[in-house]
Amino acid sequence: MYKIVRKEDFSSVTKLFEVEAPKIAAKGKAGQFFILRVDEKGERIPLTIADYNPEAGTITTIFQEVGRTSKDLGKLEAGDYLVDVVGPLGESTEIENYGRVICVGGGVGVAPIYPIAKALKEAGNEVISIIGARNKELLFWEEKMASVSDKLIVCTDDGSYGQKGFVTDAVKQVADEMEINKLWAIGPMPMMRAMAATTKPLGIETIVSLNPIMVDGTGMCGACRVSVGGETKFACVDGPEFDGHQVDFDLAMRRLAYYKDEEKRAEAATTCGCGGGCGCHK
Amino acid sequence: MSQVKIKHEMPLQDAGERIKNFTEVALGYNEETAVAEANRCLNCKKPKCMEGCPVEVPIPEFISLIKEGDFKGAINKIKTKNSLPAVCGRVCPQESQCEKHCIVGIKGEPVGIGRLERYAADYELQHGGAKPGQKQQSTGKKVAVVGSGPAGLTAAGDLAKMGHQVTVFEALHVAGGVLMYGIPEFRLPKDIVQTEIEKIKELGVEIKTNYVIGQLDSVDELLEEGYDAVFIGTGAGLPYFMNIPGENLNGVYSANEFLTRTNLMKAYQFPNYVTPVKAGERVAVIGAGNVAMDSARTALRLGAKESYIVYRRSEKEMPARREEIEHAEEEGVKFALLTSPTEFNGDENGNLTSMTCIKYELGEPDASGRCRPVPIEGSQYEMKVDNVVLALGQGPNPLVPRTTEGLELTKRGNIAANEETGATNKPGVFAGGDIVTGAATVILAMGAGKKAARAIDDYLNNK
Ligand SMILES: Cc1cc2nc3c(=O)[nH]c(=O)nc-3n(C[C@H](O)[C@H](O)[C@H](O)COP(=O)(O)OP(=O)(O)OC[C@H]3O[C@@H](n4cnc5c(N)ncnc54)[C@H](O)[C@@H]3O)c2cc1C
Ligand code: SF4
Ligand code: FES
Repeated sequence: MYKIVRKEDFSSVTKLFEVEAPKIAAKGKAGQFFILRVDEKGERIPLTIADYNPEAGTITTIFQEVGRTSKDLGKLEAGDYLVDVVGPLGESTEIENYGRVICVGGGVGVAPIYPIAKALKEAGNEVISIIGARNKELLFWEEKMASVSDKLIVCTDDGSYGQKGFVTDAVKQVADEMEINKLWAIGPMPMMRAMAATTKPLGIETIVSLNPIMVDGTGMCGACRVSVGGETKFACVDGPEFDGHQVDFDLAMRRLAYYKDEEKRAEAATTCGCGGGCGCHK
Repeated sequence: MSQVKIKHEMPLQDAGERIKNFTEVALGYNEETAVAEANRCLNCKKPKCMEGCPVEVPIPEFISLIKEGDFKGAINKIKTKNSLPAVCGRVCPQESQCEKHCIVGIKGEPVGIGRLERYAADYELQHGGAKPGQKQQSTGKKVAVVGSGPAGLTAAGDLAKMGHQVTVFEALHVAGGVLMYGIPEFRLPKDIVQTEIEKIKELGVEIKTNYVIGQLDSVDELLEEGYDAVFIGTGAGLPYFMNIPGENLNGVYSANEFLTRTNLMKAYQFPNYVTPVKAGERVAVIGAGNVAMDSARTALRLGAKESYIVYRRSEKEMPARREEIEHAEEEGVKFALLTSPTEFNGDENGNLTSMTCIKYELGEPDASGRCRPVPIEGSQYEMKVDNVVLALGQGPNPLVPRTTEGLELTKRGNIAANEETGATNKPGVFAGGDIVTGAATVILAMGAGKKAARAIDDYLNNK
């Protein structure tokens, strides 16, 4: 059992958990993820690790309530326990001194981009961070991002805070003014696709972090297959970071949507109270 | 007593009924049948059967105890050598092991050794009373076991009995390996697996789940952190794909994913259990081994109207156990033989709708002695399917080989280990089971675990 020591509500749907997992906190690196189960009947879902605290023995993750499992998760409070936490999984980010880099976080993608920006900064890079959300309410960790960046640009789609517009626009502006050696972009699949399309003509090497459906997270099932440069890769062991210019985003998005109907049924099962036994939502 | 030529039949759940549920197909002998079957054994002076048993179960001795009605005695006798008897009695291919060698089998059917083993094990599960294994005095030595499949569990149990302090590291959230995630509930109930694992824990074995070696600690780190030896039993879990167009469409599963969702995650009880799985109306399973049979039979139980085995060669070459094929046939699984897909086709949402197949004919025998299938030109046709399960075999789990400095591997990526001792090229590091042999059987993995435990004990005593 893994104790949730802290919970923060960033918005009605965006939550932060700090979870006791001393080994993972000590060993994990930027770019890696973990898998959790909420309870004995729960599914295994991957979440990126947003921060490590080796002294306290905790890891931090931020998630958005979208389906059954993330909503079940959102109902837990500090002091509650998760039945399973396994990690760190996946390859870590290749951290080097590249020179000047951009770190882009869109929506909840700000969470996983933070440890990457931090590690890049520590490695001596000039880090320009760009974070974006649909509106002001959905933004979080602005200060934290600023603390690991040489420059931070904040965008909202509706202009309710920071600069109005998409993160892709901000990247174009920056790239117009100076040379960029490498870029990381993490966020919803359409945002990462748009980012890759933006940086390709600019010739900026772009790394994205994919979050396909997973089961084991150790290379045993192939649920997490993605196509990169025409080759099939297992995101859980070969990734989760890949060359954004090589990723088949359409395929990745279609695969993410495979269980949409089941998601609805699983959610309905929590609302009528029968736990699925009555067959009312079959 | 006149010798009965055939084995007492195993009572089965009716085929029409059983495809609607996930409960066990084979129901097990009752007391009367068990004793009658035991009486078929000649209690040979030089029991041939034991030559076929990789873990050296004292077969005639335990069968004699069943004859006498001493079922507790029988299970204790088995447990001196085999720590997972309820599992082995169900899933071992006895026809190619102990029963293959049984003398009675020359003139009739061999003694139903596996069924008797199961009877004794189930007797204990219901009535309790088996002695916990004898434990020797603590040696103060620490051994790490990586992977909790049959290889790891056997090594762990034996090493604990020898007095060593054993910790098992398992990547998944439960122990058992393929016994939990692969082999379906209707052949091997998961409660039974867990009960047997509890017995191993009672020997003092600690099992740490959610612990991925290679990510959290490497094998080298385990040695540095104070383990005196490491046994690697990480299995053959990497699913093979065909590398043909459309393989990443929604609806194309590896057998590992399909079975893991269903067994480990209990998707057959969706939405009560939250993990989903889809079987659709028409399912095609590619391959004809045991894993394929399990997948095709699972698909029927998940509600598929039609479930096909699609296989490149003919019936004769199907690698699955006879019994598995028969059970699949009884349940209505259909066989499209001398056939293989060349492409998977989907709709605009990326969902599988059909597969293009080509027919084969058998040509000359190849290196394996089986006739090589040759595609027949122009024989392509389209087969409508909602789901495809690829059961083409598995390769070694790559995480440990990838992260263990200097560990010698074979050409296929398996760990190179001494057949008799499990010793690898690294001092103090032993390996066994599917990670060494490639996908094989539960009992071979257990045999490897047993041999390695002995070798590790020797190593530790001389260290
Ligand atoms: C569907 C199916 C049906 C089968 N049916 C039969 C049958 O009827 N009879 C039979 O005899 N055999 C059968 N087999 C084969 C048999 O199950 C295997 O040969 C046997 O389980 C191998 O045992 P093992 O201990 O080597 O590995 P596994 O059972 O594969 O166990 C390996 C364990 O190691 C864990 N692991 C892997 N990597 C790591 C890591 N880095 N860190 C920590 N843990 C790790 C895995 O999660 C797993 O739990 C079947 C196999 C399948 C897939
Ligand atoms: S070979 Fe057959 S008859 Fe002889 S002891 Fe073994 S099981 Fe009994
Ligand atoms: S999640 Fe199973 S292989 Fe990646």
